[in-house]
Amino acid sequence: MNTPLLDVRDLVVRYGAVTAVDQVSFSLHSGETLALNGPSGCGKSSTAHAVLQLRRPDSGEVRFEGRELTTLTERELRPLRPRMQPVFQDPYGSLSPRHRIRDAVAEPLKVQGRWSREGGPDRVAELLDRVGLDPAYGDRLPHELSGGQCQRAGIARALASDPRLLVLDEPVSALDPSVRAGVLNLLADLQDDLGLGYLFICHDRAVVRHFADRVLEMRGGRIIT
Amino acid sequence: MRSDVLLSVRDLRIAFDGIEAVRGLSFDVRPGEVLAIVGESGAGKSLTARALLGMLPPGATTGGEVRLLGETDLAAQRGRRIALVPQDALSALSPVHPVGDQLAAAVRSVSRVPRKEARARAVAALERVGIPDAARKARAYPHEYSGGMRQRAVIAMAAINNPDVLVADEPTTALDEERRDQVLKVLAEQREAAGAALVLVTHDLDVVREHTDRALVMYAGRLTELGPAEEVLTRPLAPYTAGLLASLPQNATPGRRLPTLPGTPPTPGVLPPGCAFAPRCSLASDTCRHEEPEPQQVDGRLVSCHHWEDA
Ligand SMILES: Nc1ncnc2c1ncn2[C@@H]1O[C@H](COP(=O)(O)OP(=O)(O)OP(=O)(O)O)[C@@H](O)[C@H]1O
Ligand code: SF4
Ligand SMILES: [Mg+2]
Repeated sequence: MNTPLLDVRDLVVRYGAVTAVDQVSFSLHSGETLALNGPSGCGKSSTAHAVLQLRRPDSGEVRFEGRELTTLTERELRPLRPRMQPVFQDPYGSLSPRHRIRDAVAEPLKVQGRWSREGGPDRVAELLDRVGLDPAYGDRLPHELSGGQCQRAGIARALASDPRLLVLDEPVSALDPSVRAGVLNLLADLQDDLGLGYLFICHDRAVVRHFADRVLEMRGGRIIT
Repeated sequence: MRSDVLLSVRDLRIAFDGIEAVRGLSFDVRPGEVLAIVGESGAGKSLTARALLGMLPPGATTGGEVRLLGETDLAAQRGRRIALVPQDALSALSPVHPVGDQLAAAVRSVSRVPRKEARARAVAALERVGIPDAARKARAYPHEYSGGMRQRAVIAMAAINNPDVLVADEPTTALDEERRDQVLKVLAEQREAAGAALVLVTHDLDVVREHTDRALVMYAGRLTELGPAEEVLTRPLAPYTAGLLASLPQNATPGRRLPTLPGTPPTPGVLPPGCAFAPRCSLASDTCRHEEPEPQQVDGRLVSCHHWEDA
C-alpha cells in the first residue's frame, strides 16, 4: 500500500495531570474521510490540534506525507503548514470580523508569496466560486453572511493554501439541516476533485455515518473501535 | 378569551430600517405545551422568540400583538410569568456574584420575600436541577461551576418564579448527544414542576420529534406550517418542510450527495413577489409567483401553500 497521507502513532497529549489523548493511532489516505466520533471532552479536538502541531504532543508520532512532524522546529514546519488546514466549528469565529471575505481568502496567498496583482484577485474569485459563493460576497464582512455562507468562506480560505489534508473540527455542527447538507456536499465534491484527505471530527452520529469512509469512536482519550 | 390559549401572537411584524424580517406571524401557545420553532437560518425564529419576551434588539419596529393571558406588556412579565432560558450560560450569569445570590435576586425581583427566604429558595432550586451540595455551591461563582452545571443553574434561574412560559433559543445547539439529552431532561423536569409551557427554538429535528408537542415551521418571516410535531415530521404539508426533512443524513443513501434545497435563502427586503419559497420550489406555479399563500386549516393543522395537496 502507498504511503498514507497522515499516519499517527501512539499520540499522547496531557494537560497537567490530565491525559486528554492516550496512545491514539490511526492513518488516513488521500481521498479518504476518517471520522473521530465521541462526546465532548473525549479528546477529539486535542487530537486535531496535535495533528496540526498547533499544540505539540507529549509523545507519539505524527507523520504527514511521510515526514515526521513532531521532531521538526517551528521554522521547519512553516512550509508544511499550508498543506494541512483546519476548518473549525464556529464559522464566524474562524474569520476576522473586520476583514472582508475577499481579504480573508487572499491572505494565505499573500503570506505564501503566491499573490500577484493580476492573478491574485482572479484566484480569490475562483476560490469563492469553487465553494459556491457568488464572488460578489467578497465585499462583505463575515457577519453580513449567513452561517452556511460563512462556513463556505472559511473553506475557501483553507483551499487558498492548496492543502492536501483538511482537519474539520465540527464544521457543520452550528448549521441548520438544509444548509448543513449543502456544506457536506461541497466537501464531498472538493474531495472528489482534489483528492483531499479529511480528518472529520463530529459528534453527530447520523452525519458521521453518512459522510465518513471510516469511523473511530473515542472515549476518555482513547480509541475504542 | 379562550382558556386553552396562554400566549397569543397575532400578525406579528418585526422590521429594521423598514425591512420586515418577521412578516405577519400568528400562532398560539397553549398551557403546558412544548412548541418547537424550526426553520432556516434567518427565518426570524430568534426575533420571534425575543418578541415573546418583550426584548427585541434596539432599532426594531414592531406591528401586531403578543398577549400573555390578555396582558400586552411582555417586558413587565419577563422573569415572572415568562422567562428566557439563555443559550450561553456563561454570559448569562454575572461573573462577580455568587450563583445563589443571582438566583435569590431573581426571586426578590418579583416578590418581596426576606433575603433569607430568597436564598433558601435559590438553594432549593439548585438542588432541584441536580446540583450536588447545593447549599455550598450556591456560594460559589459561575467560573467554579462546570459547563454542564452552569447550564442547569440558568435553567433553575429561569424556572425559579414558576413562570407560565419558558422560552429557550437553541439551548442545545452544538452540544453532543449526551449533554444535549441532559439539558433537555432538566429543562423538561423544571417545566413540568412549574406547569409551564415551553417555546423551543431549535434546528435539531430529533429534538423536535422527541421533546415537543407541536412544531411551527417558519420560512422568510412567515408561518409555513404548524401542527403536531410527529405529523409535521412524518407527513409534511409544505414543500419547504419536505425539503428540510429530505436533507437529513439519516434519510439519505450513504455515499450519495444529500438532497438540498436549490438556490439560496431569501434576503429580507429583496423577497420575490408571491410565495417567498417559489424560486426554490419544484411545485411553484404562476399563482405562487403572484400571490403570497395565507395559512389555511388542513386536518387541524395550518399550512401556507397553494399546492399543499401535491407536496
Ligand atoms: N438587530 C438586528 N438588526 C438588523 N437585522 C436583524 C437584527 N436581528 C436580526 N435581524 C435580521 O432579521 C432576520 C431574522 O433573524 P433571526 O435572528 O430571527 O433569524 P433566526 O431564524 O433565528 O436564524 P438562526 O437560525 O440563524 O438563528 C435576519 O435576516 C437577520 O439578519
Ligand atoms: S405556495 Fe407554491 S411556491 Fe410556495 S411552497 Fe407552495 S407550491 Fe411552493
Ligand atoms: Mg436564531
